Amino acid sequence: MADQDDARHSRLRRQLLMGMAAAPLAGLLPKVAFAQAPATSAVNTTGLAVTDTEVTVGILHSATGTMAISETGSIQAEKLAIEQINAAGGVLGRKIKYIQEDGASDWPTFAEKAKKLLVQDKVAAIMGCWTSASRKAALPVIEQYNGMLYYPTFYEGLEQSKNVIYTGQEATQQILESLNWVVREKGAKTFYFIGSDYIWPRTSNKIARKHIENFMKGTKVVGEEYFPLGHTQFNSVINKLKLTKPDVIFTDVVGGSNVAFYKQLKAAGINLEKQTLMTISVTEDEIDGIGGENIAGAYSCMKYFQSLENENNKEFVAAFKKMWGEKTVIGDVTQAAYLGPWLWKLAAEKAGSFDVDKIAAASPGIEFTKAPEGYVKVHENHHLWSKTRVGLAQKDGQFKVVYESPELIEPNPFPKGYQ
Amino acid sequence: MTRAPSFMDRKDLLALAAVAALLLIVFPLALDGFRLNLVGKYLTYAFVAVGLVMCWGYGGILSLGQGLFFGLGGYGMAMYLKLEASSVENTKIQSTPGIPDFMDWNQLTELPWFWHPFHSFPLTLILIVLVPAAFALLIGSAMFKRRVSGVYFAIITQALAAIATILIIGQQGYTGGVNGITDLRTLMGWDIRTDSAKFILYFVNAILLMGVICCALFVRSSKLGRILVAMREKEDRVRFSGYSVANFQIFVFCLGAVFAAIGGAMFTLQVGFMSPSLVGIVPSIEMVIFTAVGGRLSIFGAVYGTLLVNFAKTSLSESFPELWLLGLGGLFIAVVLFFPNGLAGIWRDYVQPSIDRVFRLRSKDPTDPGQNVAKQAASMPAE
Repeated sequence: MADQDDARHSRLRRQLLMGMAAAPLAGLLPKVAFAQAPATSAVNTTGLAVTDTEVTVGILHSATGTMAISETGSIQAEKLAIEQINAAGGVLGRKIKYIQEDGASDWPTFAEKAKKLLVQDKVAAIMGCWTSASRKAALPVIEQYNGMLYYPTFYEGLEQSKNVIYTGQEATQQILESLNWVVREKGAKTFYFIGSDYIWPRTSNKIARKHIENFMKGTKVVGEEYFPLGHTQFNSVINKLKLTKPDVIFTDVVGGSNVAFYKQLKAAGINLEKQTLMTISVTEDEIDGIGGENIAGAYSCMKYFQSLENENNKEFVAAFKKMWGEKTVIGDVTQAAYLGPWLWKLAAEKAGSFDVDKIAAASPGIEFTKAPEGYVKVHENHHLWSKTRVGLAQKDGQFKVVYESPELIEPNPFPKGYQ
Repeated sequence: MTRAPSFMDRKDLLALAAVAALLLIVFPLALDGFRLNLVGKYLTYAFVAVGLVMCWGYGGILSLGQGLFFGLGGYGMAMYLKLEASSVENTKIQSTPGIPDFMDWNQLTELPWFWHPFHSFPLTLILIVLVPAAFALLIGSAMFKRRVSGVYFAIITQALAAIATILIIGQQGYTGGVNGITDLRTLMGWDIRTDSAKFILYFVNAILLMGVICCALFVRSSKLGRILVAMREKEDRVRFSGYSVANFQIFVFCLGAVFAAIGGAMFTLQVGFMSPSLVGIVPSIEMVIFTAVGGRLSIFGAVYGTLLVNFAKTSLSESFPELWLLGLGGLFIAVVLFFPNGLAGIWRDYVQPSIDRVFRLRSKDPTDPGQNVAKQAASMPAE
């Protein structure tokens, strides 16, 4: 089975050796924990992979293929969360063991591996999927075999399932507050939309357009263009930008296309210090590829930035870098992936069971106060209440948080008036 | 000698029996439901691989765009299943109930015209075969009549596969875009997601594959098959002999397209969705790899090659989620370097001779093995 890589083994070994000094004391702790552990027959009535000492979960992301660059952060965050939960005594007195499967950036493979994890391995939960396409492929399987999926990516909404907890933002959570902010702060009147051509940018832009046209005064969309995934020639749209001179360029270009887009913007003489650009698709991970100097001055709307100033986040960033190296950066989705195992643990403990039905029922109302983004709460609709933030991209590849919504924003995957 | 249909010699019959035993008896007995369903999925690629053996191995036409036809078949079936899953009752939360969910997300308010035929199952079945055949006819006529062949043809088919993907992704209101057509549930009221349905579909799939193999064997042994081989070896001589080379090429290309489309339709039924990631360049080339590993001159080799590569893919990726692609790459390099005729070549050069030797010792009949060798030479022409 897939296990952690060697670097982590040696680090773990070192930590174990150091911990030997405290062995007599540490020896007592798990015993206490196990003494409290409820009987397996009580916490597992549906035949999941739960023993008296262990519970198995699945990690299902693309470790290979075009999406690997994006999904690696999520894998790392989930492994970190699992290790931390185990160090703190596990879930219902049981250590979490994980089985990692590779979705290989291929949607049918996600369906196949999800089925393998549920049918063969009987995992109690799956942390996984990234793109909407991979989720759409795996979801029927997960619903059929009654699994539990923790899905980390911000996405287009229009979905709600008993078998999924959406730890990222749905579209309205990400977009509306930040549009209000840019109109209020920058006096923006005209918007130009540029996106990659698939369901998420199209739906996000649809919501943004409705908001601009119907819910704000005196604002309008002056252009909207889509490019195939992986597109790298943006000169024609950049010329149109120069002609129309929109107050705000609003982009949801994803993946490698970003690199070409921002470099060509800069080469065409569009200075992001003067031209307001707002993106909902660039996190610290993408800047790694784009280069801080090419995107400095752009605004990004996310719920999490690595630079957030709070105690939870400082601990999280330190632990993440300790486990995965100083050079790693942490983007919005990575943080959302980190929430998955924790929210599952809290739900299992609230339900007093690993049964999927009971966890699904117990999830609404779960609060996680140690979340790096501050505080999150699971809504009735299985999405999270969370804040929206606007970050200003810096040359060093980090964001400076310039706005934070005062309240948690309610998730609304089927927004009325935006359809 | 066993009585066999005229288009099969004894060796073919044995090979067919071996495949039948493997698919219909050994796999269902040895594998659990999940693995059996996986094999079912692999076998849908074998339809394409058998088609490629005919096109590429016998006709000498390398198509790098078979994913297009696989996709046409798969999407045809998916459209039917999606319409059935999108009853007004199931979709009442949408702004326009009764149309597929992704259309609703893309502000479509009525079903596009080309979806309407897919309300009917018999019509869907006909279209699954007819549409790819028509496409292949169109492409084939445009190419072969102008004597486009070889590398140029391969590149054009590859471009067609790429265009199909871009079209599907771009027209997401009509096609489901990158996500594909997902969440398919029932076939004329029969829930295809249950384990028993998967079991039945596996057998339907395996039997259809046997049918396709027989069809390929029939074509190969007919006069048509000889002309195909002759054409591959020396196109001009066949032309000068008075044959219309283009028509034969178009025919075999259409045949490969129809095989691929049947595979695509079975894929949708067994996996439960269809997406553009099965249409584009990468899957098209993968299918050529399956054929190459099996041996491009061997109809049965195509089935074994597909199974082997996909088994390797699944088991390597389960055991080494971060390194498996390297292992798979190594496998391909090894095959190309050491066994250019694939599994069928290994069989013919190493296994078959020793079996023959054993039989020759046993039977001590000098005429029979000689006949076999002669037949083999006839049915497996040298490159």
